Amino acid sequence: MWLNPSNPQLNKKGELHHLLTLEGLPAEILWQILDTAKSFVGTKVKKVPLLRGKSVFNVFFEPSTRTRTTFEIAAKRLSADVINLNVTVSSQSKGESLLDTVDNLSAMHADMFVVRHGESGAPHFIARHVAPDIHVINAGDGRHSHPTQGLLDMYTIRHYKKDFSSLRVAIVGDVLHSRVARSQIHAFATLGCPEIRVIAPKTLLPAQVEQLGVHVFHDMRQGLKDVDVVTMLRLQNERMQGALLPSAQEFYKYYGLTEDKLAAAKPDAIVLHPGPMNRGVEIDSSVADGKQSVILPQVTFGIAIRMAVMSIMAGNK
Amino acid sequence: MPGNPLPDAEQLLTALIEQMRPAVGPATGLIGIHTGGVWVAERLHPALKLQTALATLDVSYYRDDYEARGLHRDVKRSEIPFEIEGRDIVLVDDVLFTGRTIRAALNELFDYGRPARVRLATLVDRGGRELPIAAQFSGVRVEIDAGKSLDLTRGADGRLAFVLAERAA
Repeated sequence: MWLNPSNPQLNKKGELHHLLTLEGLPAEILWQILDTAKSFVGTKVKKVPLLRGKSVFNVFFEPSTRTRTTFEIAAKRLSADVINLNVTVSSQSKGESLLDTVDNLSAMHADMFVVRHGESGAPHFIARHVAPDIHVINAGDGRHSHPTQGLLDMYTIRHYKKDFSSLRVAIVGDVLHSRVARSQIHAFATLGCPEIRVIAPKTLLPAQVEQLGVHVFHDMRQGLKDVDVVTMLRLQNERMQGALLPSAQEFYKYYGLTEDKLAAAKPDAIVLHPGPMNRGVEIDSSVADGKQSVILPQVTFGIAIRMAVMSIMAGNK
Repeated sequence: MPGNPLPDAEQLLTALIEQMRPAVGPATGLIGIHTGGVWVAERLHPALKLQTALATLDVSYYRDDYEARGLHRDVKRSEIPFEIEGRDIVLVDDVLFTGRTIRAALNELFDYGRPARVRLATLVDRGGRELPIAAQFSGVRVEIDAGKSLDLTRGADGRLAFVLAERAA
């Protein structure tokens, strides 16, 4: 096999070939992506010719507007041709139909697949089966991973806080269902962030979450005390199975980010949210629209991050 | 030219300034190409007393060897703090060789606008052109073994010097 056996995202030279998860991705590659993204932020010329003649297929098995759109903008600003496919999967014969879909798309001479799937591991499965010159980017798979979201969060934090080595960060809310939380935790650890906290009710935390190297809090004010960065997670109603929560109102009372609770954090703490927001559930409007919110810059930086990932990957053989 | 000393970058810089001084006006836009060209341009700019701010160009997204060699590791953001449209422009690079970097720079430049004129200044012209590109201002013409790369370095004191290295395959 031509891919690196110890990490199927890397080629034999140790360069990025697929982007599937931030887990196990070397710090050197994370920094390369963050540095490259910087060259795309705030430029007067919006479009560069780098990926001219390349085809990027956005293959979304699960609905998404923002992520798909930002990938599309990113690819177009690199002069690639973009094809958007919203694929709905029948519940039976998933494995077979997924492979068939991939084979068909490969036959259309795709250079890169951007894959969003409800099942954890689907992008890895696709990456294992595509031709060696095709690159795969995970745009979110189940509860597992959302690497470009994690990267754009790191970019945003670096933009405002400059350095990770003295940061205290908190991830709040539905950690159990969140691929964003997992991606962030891996990235924070790799980039040398000394204190990662998760704040959530026990029912919304994965078993043995401490093994990821995080400090667990169940009380917002304790957990937010003196943090530099707060990431609010979306309460994922569509992923809830059974009664993990009494109600959204109850959740808001204890874990919704209000100005009052945010006051426990450092005065210059920044607030992130991967979107789409449930206002009045995990975050109050006064915080979402407040001066500590960096939620809209996250979206802008997300385009630069996706441009960086595509430019780096497409050049690696 | 084995045995011959490498060109003295500081001397060439002085000569280049003298060549350029009568040929540029206060509104001329100076654009250094990353990384060596920016170092040279940073020295030329105050000496030529230009009124426009110094611009920098990173041509990584316009290079024709991207397919073969991938993206450069340390891409900088291009910063052009003046209007390109209708302006007299001088591109600055450290070493002129195949001409491919200059081709990429011209393509990028024209994405910003239509300049009135574009000229090229370089400390060293080492020949070996693969494109019809020439420097209007050039410190010296030297012969370098095709397998070698002539690289500009900048010391902690800001002084520029050339070193010879193996060309990356």
